[in-house]
Amino acid sequence: MDFNDTPEEAKFRKEAYDWLASNAELKEGPKDSWRASSEEEGLKQVKIWQKKLHEGGWACLHWPKTYGGRESTPIERVIWGQEVSKFKVPGGYLEIGQGMAGPVMMMYATEEQKERYLPPMATGEEIWCQLFSEPAAGSDVAGIKTKAELDGDTWTINGQKVWTSGAHFSDYGILVTRSDPTAPKHKGLTFFFVDMKSPGIEVKPIKQISGGANFNEVYFTDVKIPDSQRLGAVGDGWKVSLTTLMNERLAVGDASGPDFEEAFSLARGQDLNGKLAIENDSVREKLADWYCQQSGLKYAKYRNISALSRGETPGPQSSITKIVSGNKLQEIANFGLDMLDSAGIVRSDEEGAEQSMYQFGFWGAAGIRIAGGTDEILKNIISEQVLGMPQDMRADKGLPFNEIPTGNK
Amino acid sequence: MNFEFSADQMQLKDIARKFLEKEESVKRARKVLEGEESFDQDLWAQIIDMGFTATAIPEEYGGLGLGYLELCVIAEELGRSLAPTPFSSSVYLASEAIINFGDESQKQSFLPGLATGEKIGAFAHNETNTSPTEANISCSFTGGALSGTKIAVADGDVANTFIVTANNGTGVSLYLVDGSADGIQIEPQSTLDPSRSHASITFTNTPATELKSDWSDVLCLLDRAAVLFSFEQLGGAEACMDMAKEYAMGRYAFGRSIASFQAIKHKLADMFIAVELARSNCYYGAWALSTDAPELPTAAATCRVSASQAFHECSKENIQTHGGMGFTWEFDCHLYYRRCRQLAANIGSQSIWKDKLIGSLERANQI
Ligand SMILES: Cc1cc2nc3c(=O)[nH]c(=O)nc-3n(C[C@H](O)[C@H](O)[C@H](O)COP(=O)(O)OP(=O)(O)OC[C@H]3O[C@@H](n4cnc5c(N)ncnc54)[C@H](O)[C@@H]3O)c2cc1C
Repeated sequence: MDFNDTPEEAKFRKEAYDWLASNAELKEGPKDSWRASSEEEGLKQVKIWQKKLHEGGWACLHWPKTYGGRESTPIERVIWGQEVSKFKVPGGYLEIGQGMAGPVMMMYATEEQKERYLPPMATGEEIWCQLFSEPAAGSDVAGIKTKAELDGDTWTINGQKVWTSGAHFSDYGILVTRSDPTAPKHKGLTFFFVDMKSPGIEVKPIKQISGGANFNEVYFTDVKIPDSQRLGAVGDGWKVSLTTLMNERLAVGDASGPDFEEAFSLARGQDLNGKLAIENDSVREKLADWYCQQSGLKYAKYRNISALSRGETPGPQSSITKIVSGNKLQEIANFGLDMLDSAGIVRSDEEGAEQSMYQFGFWGAAGIRIAGGTDEILKNIISEQVLGMPQDMRADKGLPFNEIPTGNK
Repeated sequence: MNFEFSADQMQLKDIARKFLEKEESVKRARKVLEGEESFDQDLWAQIIDMGFTATAIPEEYGGLGLGYLELCVIAEELGRSLAPTPFSSSVYLASEAIINFGDESQKQSFLPGLATGEKIGAFAHNETNTSPTEANISCSFTGGALSGTKIAVADGDVANTFIVTANNGTGVSLYLVDGSADGIQIEPQSTLDPSRSHASITFTNTPATELKSDWSDVLCLLDRAAVLFSFEQLGGAEACMDMAKEYAMGRYAFGRSIASFQAIKHKLADMFIAVELARSNCYYGAWALSTDAPELPTAAATCRVSASQAFHECSKENIQTHGGMGFTWEFDCHLYYRRCRQLAANIGSQSIWKDKLIGSLERANQI
């Protein structure tokens, strides 16, 4: 048992580090991460950085070279991830495209379409969003209603999507629709990709609990999509969606925000009732729990990496990452704010103010536990797909979709 | 990165698992629990034949000289099968104390016997109903002899070699006592887990030799043992998860398998999460133990806390999943519930290990 690289891995790591060292700034500490002053500014910086990555041959590592990738092995992707995390580099905005739209295009688009759409996804020139959830269908995403009707070789789309992250700055979207409302729920779906500038698409930002607006309602009114932009067969949209949902689960990793180190260092410097917080037993106990969770996730990841390094398929241990880290973040954020006493609820505009990080986590964690599969849905997946327990009884099995109760009543 | 057990180690684990299944180790645990014997002598003899007790003892002292990773995989299987033998006392504690702190003559005199199982070791540490500290240990060592009373000594009634913590006037050290020495009075104690025997032991001017050690070495011994105990806890936790799942799949209520009820599925998912966290932390402990890493105190406390939590979660929710059956003497659920409590208590409680964990991180981060 060791944490050492094989010679090839070490060579790759050095190559990655060297390139990063001459193109990016090393972080000064764990808290020293990149943050943009505004969404606009962030998007601009991400695009510049992604272009640089692409020119250096470090974009979309596992993709074929013809589409802008590097044809790296899974273990090389992991090593890259470890090295890049040492640097203060822009991030965000591109994950949905590269992590979810990319794989589905790779699997279902024509060669011509791949050559047209994948390279700009890799360079960051074009941004994609995921148009799945609807007001009446989130966890039960196969219950979507957005209507698709075919006339000749053109589809007409009518309906509404919701919670669409980044729709307001996206160039394209992957879209799941209902093409046959008389078929059972999972059978009548059809999948497309769509130009977000198409006439009839209206994007309305939704104000989030944090006050920001990263996600949107997207309305479709007689939007035309050529049949050539259909991905998979008519009625096979569920199968195609599963490809992206599987990739989504792989793409969402650790929740970002304050973790054990931040809570620990806060407790070591913070006064609590006349003593250092770290001397308080209930504080120590909580810290120990978070350390064990963090460490468990870290070494679960190392077990994954080891399997990849041997060319094996990793075990199911990664299925616990989002649940454990989302809940841990929520607890740590709450703890951090609690430690600051009443000051914890005061908003501060000061750069790097202690409470900002915890306030950020306070909002963020609540979203992480929902986005990309709620905690409850993930537990269903663990019990069904990992442990092999039976699926839930479904009240809608076999019924034509238009006879099933959906949404809010 | 190679953060996995090797193919050989996994094969050893498989051998241990099949052997303990074939020997119906869990049934034997029940027999010890219900019977008069302190442990299963036949299973113990077979474990010795398999060479398990000799695993980490150096070859020059009659051991196999394999590493701690081998011992970890064996420990996991012993925990999974509730093996009713003095293995942990003799191997993780007594043998380890002598290997790490014994002088040449102590090693020569004791390790070969511990390797062949002719000697059974026990660790006599607790004295009262609070956790032992350097300040509260009252067992004393003067003029080459020990005096004092120890309680809840696992395998104390069957051991013939004792490792005892005692104060010598300047601090607490480890002492080595041969079971045939004068002045040893052993009283078996009944516990929550009678599948593992316990005793109180009173030493009265009992001849003993010192293992070259101080209080920090006592803590080090506990750290090393904690990793191995964690693997037993991990094995037990996983066994409970598997039992709960299997029972749920075959039990029907309201016209369907109870495994299709979400409350049961989510219970199992929570067990899975706890087991995976514990397993990953146990691997970290195994790495630290087998490489003598300076991180051992942190790694040991981490895996100890994590594995204790997983076993607790899984053993109690396994009973819950079984409904009324889970509360019967007849079903095995309680055997695991008992063992979980025994293992959680034997080298210090959750609160102590959590405190140690944060303490070790404070020391590691002293800036
Ligand atoms: C920050 C954020 C970003 C998002 N970005 C996108 C995006 O870019 N594109 C997109 O398509 N969607 C996006 N979503 C939507 C997200 O996928 C859904 O919100 C999520 O799947 C839950 O669906 P819902 O909101 O309809 O809640 P519901 O499905 O109504 O769930 C409500 C509650 O019921 C529980 N529940 C539902 N079904 C079950 C069940 N079978 N068993 C047990 N409990 C159940 C849920 O766990 C939850 O607690 C985003 C959401 C958030 C919060």
